[in-house]
Formats: sequence, structure tokens, C-alpha cells
Amino acid sequence: MALDRIKAPLIKDAVDFDIQLKPYQHFTLDNGVEVYSYEGGAEEVMMMDLVFFAGNCYEEKNWVAAATNFLLKNGTHQKTAFELNDHFEFYGAYVNRTCYNETATINLHTLSKHFEALLPVVSELVTESNFSEEELKIYQQNQLQRLTLNLKKSDFIANRLIDEYLFGINHPYGTYSTAASFNNLTREDLVQFYDRFYKHGKAVVFMAGKFPKNMQSLMNKYIGALPLNQQVLPTYNHPIIAAATKKYSIVNDASSVQGSIRMARRFPNRHHPDFPGTQVLNNVLGGFFGSRLMRNIREDKGYTYGIHSYLQNHVQECAWMISTDAGKDVCSATIEEVYKEMAILRNEKIEEAELKLVKNYMLGALLGDLDGPFQIMNRWKTYLLNDLDIAYFNKTIETVRSIQPDDLQKLANQYLQPEDFYELVVY
Amino acid sequence: MVVCFKLIFVVLMIQFEKFQLANGLKVLVHQDTSTPMAVVNVLYNIGAKDENPAQTGFAHLFEHLMFGGSVNIPVYDEPLQRAGGENNAYTTNDLTNYYCQIPAENIETAFWLESDRMLSLAFSEKSLEVQRKVVCEEFKEHYINKPYGDAWHKMRALAYTNHPYRWMTIGAELSHVENAKIQDVKDFFFRFYRPNNAILVVTGNTTTEQVKALAEKWFGPIPAGDVYDRNLPKEPVQEKMRSLEVHADVPMDMLMMTWHMGGRFDAGYHETDLLTEVLGGGASARLYEQLIKVKQLFSSIDCYHFGTVDPGLLVIEGKLVKGVSMAVAEKAVLEEVEKIKQELLPQKEVQKVINKTESIICFEDMSIMNRAHSLAFYELLGDAEMMNQELEKYQAVTPERIQATANEIFQDRNRNTLYYYSKN
Repeated sequence: MALDRIKAPLIKDAVDFDIQLKPYQHFTLDNGVEVYSYEGGAEEVMMMDLVFFAGNCYEEKNWVAAATNFLLKNGTHQKTAFELNDHFEFYGAYVNRTCYNETATINLHTLSKHFEALLPVVSELVTESNFSEEELKIYQQNQLQRLTLNLKKSDFIANRLIDEYLFGINHPYGTYSTAASFNNLTREDLVQFYDRFYKHGKAVVFMAGKFPKNMQSLMNKYIGALPLNQQVLPTYNHPIIAAATKKYSIVNDASSVQGSIRMARRFPNRHHPDFPGTQVLNNVLGGFFGSRLMRNIREDKGYTYGIHSYLQNHVQECAWMISTDAGKDVCSATIEEVYKEMAILRNEKIEEAELKLVKNYMLGALLGDLDGPFQIMNRWKTYLLNDLDIAYFNKTIETVRSIQPDDLQKLANQYLQPEDFYELVVY
Repeated sequence: MVVCFKLIFVVLMIQFEKFQLANGLKVLVHQDTSTPMAVVNVLYNIGAKDENPAQTGFAHLFEHLMFGGSVNIPVYDEPLQRAGGENNAYTTNDLTNYYCQIPAENIETAFWLESDRMLSLAFSEKSLEVQRKVVCEEFKEHYINKPYGDAWHKMRALAYTNHPYRWMTIGAELSHVENAKIQDVKDFFFRFYRPNNAILVVTGNTTTEQVKALAEKWFGPIPAGDVYDRNLPKEPVQEKMRSLEVHADVPMDMLMMTWHMGGRFDAGYHETDLLTEVLGGGASARLYEQLIKVKQLFSSIDCYHFGTVDPGLLVIEGKLVKGVSMAVAEKAVLEEVEKIKQELLPQKEVQKVINKTESIICFEDMSIMNRAHSLAFYELLGDAEMMNQELEKYQAVTPERIQATANEIFQDRNRNTLYYYSKN
């Protein structure tokens, strides 16, 4: 019998997959710091994320949180920056730090066998960093240069401005660095912030991979003995002040051949009942390669290399963002097509076949996303830091499985109204 | 003092089975039952280096056209997405690699899709027209609309006089892709995208029996093509230092230097790889410590190579601190290079870069996707089993061998320098 290449092989619908988020283990260190862990995987590797409540929402002066986070690895009272890096790198480990809005992390990726040699030095970063004037000076100089370079890029500018419009320049989600931010930093700012939000700060730990047998006692010895979680965090209140004007067109470089387009509206956080359903609607609109925006604007018209939409990850309040870089002469046409796609979602019910495809894609991708210990722990980390639990995971899956065309149309009418969207093109 | 570090290495061996279909398609299977997923990876032995110099950018253009429908399946993505799968592809100067990750139960969908586009693309005019535009936008986004975006175009053309590595995968110029005709595209396809010029790797929750049956069923009937006898122009040994000055609207000066190095099969490859780590890998590397931190001449600096199959380039590139002159910066880089040539590296520093390599391999091997990429790549090099011998080769590298390699590579006559000046 000849092979039938037209007919697709039978598939198991991803909506029928049993998708589980495996539970974490949990223990508490002597100082009250909670450790969430997931042990597993074939390779002898592990990761540890020390999460401090030291994001930029706690800073009183622009960029202090980010600079403190960056420079805490550039020298302690015992070791120079070079000695620290040399130690980590000798063991083939990666020690990264990242500053977010609410939190800031020190992250270790290592072969499990070296954890014991590395942990004491990671611990040193939490209490012993010295923030030398020299390191600060080099940081300021290099960050200034990097900023100058980035300000030449339309996408960089567009990303900053759209957040400013949505949240306001004084809000942690809307603020950004300027030359003055770097120039005004003093050693004293960093030392104070470090003392309050790292050394005497509040922390929580996430770990995944293969652990050495004595992992818990090591953690207690090197992290559990630090003066963490002893003081109550200061409260903050950053009101969102969104821009009054909704439409912007900015020329950053007259010779530019493309425009960076951002269209965005504010959106509630994950606790809002519409969040899971809107994630489905977002996928239909622009959340994956088979989305309507991608099919229309890239695959049919060729206006861009890529167009995406997504819900931001913020804790307090999110935004729904559409983002693309398009040819200069087709920027207006691109924006028009985006609004057209929104209108179709408002006015017409999605076909069952398309919805099923999106559901299967989302659940298949989720199955892949939960494959491996690091991925499982990362998912838990997001949930725990957003005050969510397994019920949220189950609700998300249930929503993807069961959502109907009517529900999506209702959501589109509520959230995809052009007048709610900020619109920005940076050339 | 001689310090002896005895570390036990923990890299896992990647087990796999291999067979070949009658049409020449090589098939590799790596089973991992701990995952619910499977990866189906098709590597085509065709890279930008195989292009006609008057029609560059074709291998990469194909990466786009391969998603524009095949002879029996109008749209590639939809059936895959319906089966819960995701896919992507990449093109290098040496190869093109297509892969999808899919729930293992739906693995046959991937075989169906991949085999149909190996059988033949749909070659629709519309798809070609749109993807020409998309690639042009990609070209603009990455190489025109970005500061220093043209640096590598210029460097490749400077460093290579004859070998096709002298153009980038995106193409030497926009017009080559803009002028692509459907007949050119067809010819290119039937010349290179044949089973006997491809390697199929399946990893994840599957068995060799299952893969054998599916491969025979879906790929077995595809006719073999003519054997591609790769006979690329060789790059002559560089006899004299070359340089180029660029003045552009960028915020700061950049210095980029390259030296010719060996290819993937040449002795000295692993030494060169570790040499670039010593100079440029991470915040304890020599260039970072000396030129950014101690002398403060650069705001960023890197040392790397591309791991190309044919003889490649070792690169040092960095942005200068405002006010530092190009001559001073260049001299400082060359001093570090000279130090490596003259002074034997401490054993501990070599051990560090070997340990880092071990760690990189371990982390890379975590996902069935990376395992599939690596198996396909090493099979392209000649034998996938080499993947499991890499760490041993790195472990065998000594300070003396790195020094010897550094002396071979770091010669002025072997150097190309791009002085990229800020007009402001």
C-alpha cells in the first residue's frame, strides 16, 4: 500500500495529557530562611538561587538596587573581585546575580561535587562585600559606556519608554537608568542598601538538581547562621502614574531602516481570575509562531522578522505587550494590522479547530517546560514569589483545557480595546 | 611549587544506536525514559560555505522556506502545534539544523512532517516572496539597524580571501536574497536536501525499534540524490598582516582582531579552545582582569572562536574606554598575547579552564534537545562517539601544548585587525 503522506498520523490530544507539577521539598534554616528544593535529574549538577527582597522597589535613589546587586561580587573584606571570580571559575561554577523589581538574586550553578567548596564563598557575598571606591568607579564608567551604546538602539529605547508610559518614571516598573543615575551613585548608598537588604535582609532559597548528602547541614552552616530574616522589611508605596497621552512616535536615528513598535495596555496580576484565560487569548493573538499576528504580519506580509505578544511577569500589576521591529515604511501598516487582528478577536468567535491547536500547543509546550529539575523549581519559584500555589497551576491547566470561543471573545471585548493601548514607534 | 589537582570527572556517557537507510540517511537514537518528550533533529550537511559566491544567503533563506509548506503538507507548523510540538532551526557556515520537540506519544507527527519536506518543498511563489522580505528585515534588524552591525561582514571579507567563510550566513549582500528565483531555490534544494546528505537524530522517550520502523516508513521511500562532493576553495596561508579602518556613527571605538586557527579536525583545536577561555572566558580571564579592571582601557572585551569545521578565526574584540587611543589599546592586547606566548601558563590556570569545560559539557547535556544537536554535529564530523571523548581530549591538554598553539596562532603575519572608529 502506498504511503499516504497527505493524512496526518493519529495524535494524542495534549488536552488529554496528565500534566503534573511535581511537589517540592521544604525545610527551614536556623535563622528562619525557607529553602524550597527539588532533587532529581541524571547529571551531577545543581543550582541554588538565593533570593533577597532587595529589588529596586526598596531603593530611594535610582539604580542603587541594581548597582549593589552587581557589585556585591566585586570584592569582599577577605577577597578581591579577581580572587572571588577565580575561585568560582576554578570549580567551573557560574555565580550570577540579577536585580528585579521586588527581588534580587545570587544564583549558583555548579557540579554537585563542588557545592561544598563554593557555598562558603557564596555566603561571603551576603555579608562581607566591601564595595570599594575603585570597583564602583570602573562600574560607573563601563555602565555609562554601555548606556551610550544602548541608546543608539531603537528597541532598547522603545522598551524603556513603553514601561514609563504604563507605570510612570517613578514607579519601579517604569523607571530606568540615565547618565545621572550612574554618576550620582556613592559607595555609601551601596553599603547602606547592602547592609539593610542583603546582610540584614530577608531571603528565601530555591535549589534544584542533584544534592550532596550533607546539603542541609551545609546550608545551615553557611546560610542558616547569617543574620537574615531578623528585621521586618520596610513597606513601600509606589503609585502607578500612567501617561495621559497614548500615542508616540520618536526619531532616535534619522537614518534608521526599521522602527521598534510597542503597543501595550495595563493588565492585572496573576491573581486576577481573567489571567489564565487571557494567556490563551494572548497565544491566539501573538504568543507563538502560529499566532495570528505572526501569520499575518510576518508569514503573509513579510513586514517583520518577528512579532510577539505577551503578558509581563510583574508581581503588583502587569501589562499586555505587543512588540516588533518592522521595516520603516511599513510601521504604520503593521500597527493597523495589529488593531485589525484585535477587532477580529472582538467581533468573531474563534474557530474550534484553531482553538484546539492553541490549546494543544500550550499544553505540549508546558509539558516540555516542566521537563527537568531546574525547570520544575523555576516554575515553583515564580509561584511562591507571587504568593500562588498548586491550585493556580491546576486552574491554569483546567482553563486551557476547557475555555470556549465565547469566553475568549468576551475577554477580547474586555481587554483588546484600541483606546486602552499605548502605542509607540521608535525609529 | 607543583600543585596537583586530582578531580574526578562526572560527565555522563551519552549512549546511542546508529543505523543507515538504503537511501543513505544516517539515523541515530538516544533513549531517555525520564522525559515525556522526544526530539526529532534533522541536520543537513549544507551551510553558507556551500553557496555560490554570487548567490549567498541561500542556506539561511532555506531555513525560512522550509517552514513554507512541503509537497503534501501545505503548512508545516500547524500539524506540529496541534500535536503539542515546537520547532526551530539554525544555519551556520557549516550546516543547517532543523529540530522539533514533541510529546513522545506524538512522535510520528514529526517524522511525517520532516520526511515530507525532505521529499520536496512546495516551492510556492508566495512563500518565496514573503520569506525574501522577512530575511531582508532580519538582515536590517541585526546587521544594519545595530551599531557595529556590519563589523563581521567587514572582518570576514578581510580575513578570508578565498574560502567561503568570507561571507556570513545571512548573505554577503541583501540583493542576493532579494533576487532569488524559484528555479534557483529548487536547484539548491535538490542538490543538498537529500537523505544521503542528512543525519536524523531522535532523542528522548523512544526506542530504537520504534525509530527504525518510523524512519523506514517515512524517510525510506525518499530517493537519494547525487553525492555532494564538497570541494571548497582553500584559504591560502596568510603572509602579511592586514587591517581595515572604519569610521561610523557609533558611540565608542572598537578594536577587533582575528588570527587564523585550525579547523575542527586539526591538531591543536582543543588547545585553542582552552586558550580562548584563558584569555576571554569570564571575569577571572586574563583580558578582563588586565584590560578592564587593572589598566581600564576597555569597557568590554571578549576572546572566542566559532568552532568551525574548516580552519577558523580566533577573535579578540573589545570596546575602548572613551579617551583611550586605539594604539594604546592595541598594544595592551598584544602584550597579553605576548605573555601567553612567552610564559608557560600555571598548571592551576589550565586546570581551571578544563574544569569549566567539564561543567559546560555537563550542563549542556542536561536536555534531550542539546544531546540531539551534539550527536548530529559529531556524526557530521565523522562519528557521534567523539562526543563522548571530548572531555578526555581537553583533560590531556598541557600548559606546554597551549603555549605551542599560542605561538603558532599569534603571529603578526597571521593577524587581521579592524579599527572601528566612532565618528562622534
